[in-house]
Amino acid sequence: MNPPQSPVTVADRVVASLYRRAESIAAKVIAPRSPAQDLTPVIDRLLTSRLTGFPIMLLTLGAVLWVTVVGANYPSQVLGRLLFDLQGWLSGAMTAAGAPAWLHGVLVSGVYRTLAWVVSVMLPPMAIFFPCFTLLEDLGYLPRVAFNLDAAFKWAGACGKQSLTMSMGFGCNAAGVIACRIIDSPRERLIAILTNNFVICNGRFPTLIALSTVFVSQVVQTTIGAGAAAALVVVGIVLTGIVMTFGVSWLLSRTLLRGVPSFYTLELPPFRWPQVGRVLIRSVIDRTVFVLLRAVAVAAPAGALVWVLGNTVIEGHSVIAHLAGWLGPLGRLMGLDGFVLVAFILGLPANEIVLPILVMSYLGSGMMVEMDSLESLGILLAAHGWSWATALSYMLFSLLHWPCATTLLTVWKETRSSRWTFAAAAIPTAVAVIVCTFVAGLVRLTGNA
Amino acid sequence: MVGHHHGGSPVSDGPTWADLGRAARAPGHPVVALAGNPNTGKSTLFNALTGLRQHTGNWPGKTVLLAQGVARHRGKSYTIVDLPGTYSLFASSVEESVASDFLCLARPDVTVVVADATCLERNLNLALQVIEVTDKVAVCLNLVDEARRKGCECDATMLEAELGVPVVATVATKGRGLGRLMDTVAGLNSGTITTRPKRVVYDPDVEEALAGIEPLVTRKLPPGAATRWLAVRALCGDMGALELVGDMSALELVDGTGGAVRKVTEGFGLGPAPSWPAARSTTSTAGGKSS
Repeated sequence: MNPPQSPVTVADRVVASLYRRAESIAAKVIAPRSPAQDLTPVIDRLLTSRLTGFPIMLLTLGAVLWVTVVGANYPSQVLGRLLFDLQGWLSGAMTAAGAPAWLHGVLVSGVYRTLAWVVSVMLPPMAIFFPCFTLLEDLGYLPRVAFNLDAAFKWAGACGKQSLTMSMGFGCNAAGVIACRIIDSPRERLIAILTNNFVICNGRFPTLIALSTVFVSQVVQTTIGAGAAAALVVVGIVLTGIVMTFGVSWLLSRTLLRGVPSFYTLELPPFRWPQVGRVLIRSVIDRTVFVLLRAVAVAAPAGALVWVLGNTVIEGHSVIAHLAGWLGPLGRLMGLDGFVLVAFILGLPANEIVLPILVMSYLGSGMMVEMDSLESLGILLAAHGWSWATALSYMLFSLLHWPCATTLLTVWKETRSSRWTFAAAAIPTAVAVIVCTFVAGLVRLTGNA
Repeated sequence: MVGHHHGGSPVSDGPTWADLGRAARAPGHPVVALAGNPNTGKSTLFNALTGLRQHTGNWPGKTVLLAQGVARHRGKSYTIVDLPGTYSLFASSVEESVASDFLCLARPDVTVVVADATCLERNLNLALQVIEVTDKVAVCLNLVDEARRKGCECDATMLEAELGVPVVATVATKGRGLGRLMDTVAGLNSGTITTRPKRVVYDPDVEEALAGIEPLVTRKLPPGAATRWLAVRALCGDMGALELVGDMSALELVDGTGGAVRKVTEGFGLGPAPSWPAARSTTSTAGGKSS
């Protein structure tokens, strides 16, 4: 607050008077008893030391993701089977009622099938991941993470509190962008806002989990082993996002947003045993149901639109096929195809629906499978020429590409600047194109895939 | 982007605090502000009192905006305002500015300082600042169970005598002591409980300077504003507080108390506080203050 050359200012003396008084009152009021063993310092030394801090962070992340991958698998299958049985019944009912084919197409093949997919693939991982994350949050682990990462943020010219806004981003990037208000310096706040997208939000988590499960299980056969390997892949993707955050923050603070990081204080709160029951209810209601409803609200119209686009035929091909044809060269450059890029563009309203849109457009082009399990997803993708390299490119593009419309709207609300909102979309997109092109080039060079 | 200086923007929007205070003050709804350090269970207490579901994460500085809810106690409704967690009421961060300006300008009917019994000394620092701002204040000594487990027993009665304001021990997570806390709030609001806050006495020359500045601050603010604390902030060179009284120009402030201020700053071989000349160019930013 005061220039360093002024050893004692009025402000210092006022503060000193306050502290002296606080100290003397505390000395009188507190009666020390034989202290019960307090483990907080011991645990903190473990969680924040140079040697053990980072391994524990990685292990925790890995463990949470592993529990999610393994735990989500079975309920996903059950839900999928149930919902697709219902689809058969719905189809039958509509045919019996004499509904025209186009109505059946829009409602059942479009709206219902997308909804069923979103629910069966997204609900189980969310219902496991969110409570785990909320438990860590309530336990007080996140400030320790912020402490560990502080030096890295300083290196990147950003604010250490950015790790807290990133944590929020794991839930939802729009929430993460709002959380950037806790950063005082406008420069550092902008850096945090522009890079929040590099944290995988829960709209993208289920997709990553599904894809890594599908493609890892082709290599690793045992259930437990495959679960662990898939979790490792997801950890790798998450870490790539974090590395990108630091890289882009570093770049921004040396170009568009030049400056020196400001100081801040962060208290390491005592560990408190979370109120488990309340955490479960809160994370299920506040996060899971909220996110699911949002996904469903977006997925229903998107499903209808995609069905229409996929079944409107111009010059022998559907509209989607035309779009995919135009975007094909760019897609193949990045190790993807035109359909994937169309899905990402149509998925702008919410990341949750990108994979469902892709599945719909693949299905629309002739292939008919019962999409009731991850295995059938694997079969469908393989039939369209996917290898593990395609899956990797897809996951990287999903991690790095432009944020969803809700997040962009939030960025605009927070910055009130169309320029920075544009930057929030353009920077990640550029990074995504560069990284995917690079990785696809590497794969081609080494002759893999 | 708005330029960033200590205690900047929120104070320049001064009238909004008074507006907020008025808006929150539905007829017969006293406004109760919750102040406290980060991570003292303030948001938990807020939720317990209002029954609102507000997310309460275990990390410092999470509440950036003011959450507001209604608590009912013995047939009466109270508007509870959850201030951002801060370590002090000097305006050196956005959170501090928000908390300080709300207490000084929006003038809640009752203020509750939520203090963490496990690290009382640091929490007392804020409590001492809050009792500078208002008489109608109680201290909620929270987390007493955790403090006991950690081996420190706080004597609430002695603390009450030392501060001159009511102290209520609570465990907000388990709802313990909340009834007594609300009884105290009700008493403070109706006037059946009166306090005699034992304020900090600063160094003699600082007190002399304050005595000079405070009447000037009083003249420029609506009746009831926390003039002493704003004078302290102004004396410490806080731009926000200076802008607030800027209507009369910082020059007058310096002239009116010139002797005292000079003594305070020059006693240590320093010139006038560095931010003072800057304040001269930002006169009358707070024009509509007295509306």
